[in-house]
Order: sequence, then structure tokens, then C-alpha cells
Amino acid sequence: MNILNLLNAMPGAVAQGLIWGITAIGIYITYRILDIADLTVDGSLCTGGAVCIMMMLSGHNVFVAMVAATLAGMVTGLVTGLFHTFMGIPAILAGILSQLGLYSVNLKIMGKANQAINVDKYSLLVSLRYIKGVAFYKNPIFVVTLTIVILVLILYWFFGTELGCALRATGCNGNMARAQGINTKHSKVLGLMLSNGLVGLSGALLAQYQGFSDVNMGRGAIVIGLAAVIIGEAVFGRVFKNFGFKLIGVALGSILYYIVLQTVIWLGIDTDLLKLLSALVVAVFLAIPYWQDEYFSQTLQKMMGGKDNA
Amino acid sequence: MLEMKNVTKVFNPGTVNEKLALNKFSLTLEDGEFVTVIGGNGAGKSTMMNAIAGVWTVDSGQILIDGVNVTNLPEHKRAKFLGRVFQDPMTGTASTMGIEENLALAKRRGRKRFLGSGINRKEREEYKELLKILGLGLEERLTTKVGLLSGGQRQALTLLMATLQKPKLLLLDEHTAALDPKTAAKVLETTEYIVNRDQLTTLMITHNMKDAITHGNRLIMLMDGKIILDIKGEEKKKLTVEDLLHKFEEASGEEFASDKAILG
Repeated sequence: MNILNLLNAMPGAVAQGLIWGITAIGIYITYRILDIADLTVDGSLCTGGAVCIMMMLSGHNVFVAMVAATLAGMVTGLVTGLFHTFMGIPAILAGILSQLGLYSVNLKIMGKANQAINVDKYSLLVSLRYIKGVAFYKNPIFVVTLTIVILVLILYWFFGTELGCALRATGCNGNMARAQGINTKHSKVLGLMLSNGLVGLSGALLAQYQGFSDVNMGRGAIVIGLAAVIIGEAVFGRVFKNFGFKLIGVALGSILYYIVLQTVIWLGIDTDLLKLLSALVVAVFLAIPYWQDEYFSQTLQKMMGGKDNA
Repeated sequence: MLEMKNVTKVFNPGTVNEKLALNKFSLTLEDGEFVTVIGGNGAGKSTMMNAIAGVWTVDSGQILIDGVNVTNLPEHKRAKFLGRVFQDPMTGTASTMGIEENLALAKRRGRKRFLGSGINRKEREEYKELLKILGLGLEERLTTKVGLLSGGQRQALTLLMATLQKPKLLLLDEHTAALDPKTAAKVLETTEYIVNRDQLTTLMITHNMKDAITHGNRLIMLMDGKIILDIKGEEKKKLTVEDLLHKFEEASGEEFASDKAILG
């Protein structure tokens, strides 16, 4: 229980939080903007990591590999989108189907359950080896922060375009969107592709950072992403009203999640229990708005003497 | 402007809930006609609107708008012909988006949407002017989220959105039914103003017989998925609620049962 150990672990936690922050921003697009809980991400995160590592192992440049990983992620989103819109499968089930199918796909991409990449032999963009003792521009915290800023700027621009507005309208009110001539099926597919593209990119960064891609690396990604979205909104929601800042808030939420996680590990909890803990924490946070509606407003009404002015 | 030929729609076919909602329904609207539509619950009023709007496809028959056969077009592709205002104030607008963003979405109805700007400065000025017509002060609140507006404000805004791009046909599905009487009157007044200004061909469903008589230049009454009364021209101008009730009994052989429709 040496506090120095915890402090030493912090830069790593922040770097991981940032990388997962990109996944969280992807999840924000589906969960908050499109109003779809997309479980594809549990598979597409690994797809991104697997594609990136295999491309690099076969001698491709790191940036080419990351673009390929992003595109691969977008294809997974396309598949889920078609399951949902073309085949009429409920969104949540469409995501589960993709996720299951992707397990096999990911195994085939890697040829086995995991593939390691040696940071000394390949020029990786991020690695946990670069956390200390390198120039600041090689530090993963700097690299990923820069990546997030660029992504947020692009997304901010995109959601202000006609297409981006159509996507927001689709998520908010499908009837209205169709009445205004928006093809809501196209919007949903586009949103799912965008989201999973980001998740694929996040997977590519994560695989480089940890030095390997693993078929199980995406397990629970949706929960971690949701946790980041919810924490980000709870902590920064009152400060960040602007859409771009909301996305930044989500990335910061992801960092907070990893700092808390690291602290809990430092406190000596059995690491086997971490996923259970994450699931319960997210469940409670998801319940809070419901509880507020269900119970708090009633208490409030009673306090106001039953007057209907709440 | 609109032609519906022998349109039939059955809901839940083959089940105990089977309902023949439109029964070989035919209706032709001339350019500039403002038609009010009345009828009891389940008469097929909203089904008629949804058939025109393409919410689902009809079982048989044909629908033409401005000479174009739209029978098999999906909802979003028919949108370029239609302006729609719904009964539920929540349905017509996107609550998490601003007033100007909603108007900008409506402005692009029937156009291809790419990576052009979602809204530009010139439009903002235009929307400000347009919102003044409503007299609700919304022109000062362009960036306010629509979710913060009252039902009446949202319906007025939806009306503006429906007519921002002049539609071939304006569909009003009991758009004042969910509003308090004062607000309803105000929204109706605005409706009348816009329809007259743009000479819009309009179909307006209402539960209120008085409104059905005072507005528009043609009145149709529906029952069991068919038109049982069709009154236009001079006859429509002289129509009273008593006449209408009398005609209803003649046409249907039943007494009109809804107090709400009479007293409104």
C-alpha cells in the first residue's frame, strides 16, 4: 500500500484511459446521438487491434495499419447496420450477432488467439514503454491527446453538416426525420460505421500500447465505454454544454474510470472481480436518472405539498 | 394535386384484431383546395393521412401526388411533396436540437444531404423573419432547444417547418387536438394565414365540427374507411353544425354519438 506505487501507475492509467476514450467517443455517437446500444464494439475493438498488428507484422507502416484498422471497424459497423435496417433485426440483437461473428473473424485475422508485436523491432506510435524517459512527443499521453483533439474537431465539424444534422435528427425523432425526407436507415448505418471506425482505431492504439492484440481484448468494451460516457456526463455535464466539449468530457470520463480502476487495484482488490465491479458501477449510474424520475420527483412533490408545479 | 384510387388497407390481417381501415377509398383534390376531414374514432382519418405520407404501404389501390405515382415510394422519398403536422406536438420536431436547426432540417426536405453546412447565416436571418409570423417571440430564441418549448409553440414551429419548402400537399392530422383552446385557436389562425398566403392544397383532420365548418372550402366525412359526405363550394359556406349532424344521420343511418365533436 505504498502511495508511490499508485502515483507511478497513474501515467499508465491516464494513457489507457485516453485510448479507451476514443472507444467511448464512438459509443457516445451510437448511445447518445443515435439512441442505439451497439454491442458490436466488443468485437470491433479487437478487429481494429488485430488488423493493425497483422498489418504491421507484415511490414506495413504504422499509419497505414491504423487506417486499415479504422476501415475494418467501419465494416463491422456496416454489417451491424445492415442486420438492423435491411434485415429488420432489433439493434441490440444485431450488435450481439456481429460481436459473436467477429470472434471467429478476429481469430482468422490473427491466425491464433493473440499476436504480439515487439516495440524494439517495429516503430509503434504508442507503447507503454514510452510512458517514461522519452521525448514528450513520443509519450502516449501526448500522442493520444493530440489524436483525440483532432478527432473531436472532425466530429464537431461533421455533426454540423447536413448529413450530421440528419443523423442527430434520426436519433432524436425518427418520425420527424422521415417527414423531413431523411432516410433514417442510411443515417443509422452511417452512425454505426462512424462509431465502430473510432472503436477500431482505439483498438489499434490499444494493441500497440500493450504490445499485443488478443481475441478477448474487447470483452466488456461497451461497459467501459458506457462508464466513460456516464462518468464524463456526470462530472463535466454542467460545465461542458457545447457538443465538442461534451466529447472531450467523455474522454476525460474514460481517464477518470481508469484512475479509479488503478486505485481499486492498488487497494488490493482481487483483479478477477474488476469486471463485476465495472458492471455494477455502470448499472448504478444508469439507474440514477431513472431513480431521480421515479422516486426523487415524488419526494419533491410531497415536499411541495402536492402542488403540481414541479 | 392528390389522387387516391381504390386504396385499401387492412391492419392485422388474419387475426381477431383484423380491421379494414380503408375500404376502396378514393379521393381527388384539386389544386388549392383546403379540405377539412371529420369522422368518429376508427373512421380511417389518420389511416388516410398515413397512406398518403407512406408510413406503411397500402394493400391495394394507387396514390398519385401532382401526377406522380407514389404508391410504392418509402416515407422519406414522399417527404419532398408533403408538409406534415402531427397530433402529438412531440412528433413533429427534434427536441434535442435548436429551433434554427429544426428549421434548417425542414429547409432541406427533398434535397440531397451531404457535407454542406447544416445551417448558414443567411438562413438564420430568413428564419428570424418567418418566426415573427407566429407572434410567439421565438425569433429571439433561435438556438433554444425545442424540447424546452410548450406544446403550442412546438406545433406552431412544426407548421412553419411543414410549409418552409412549399409542399404540394399539407397534411394536418388533428394538429390542435392536444392543445388548450386558446393555443389551439392561435395555431389554427396561423394555419389559415399560411395556407392562404401560399395557396396550399391542404387536408386537415379535426375533431371539432365548428372548426371543420369555418375553415377550408371543402369538407369530407369518413366512416368505416369510406367517404360518406363530401361538401364543397356554396353549400360548404352555408353549412351549420345542425346541417352536418342531419346529413351525417342521413348518410350513415346512425346518430352522431360524440359530444366532443359537437361541443368541441
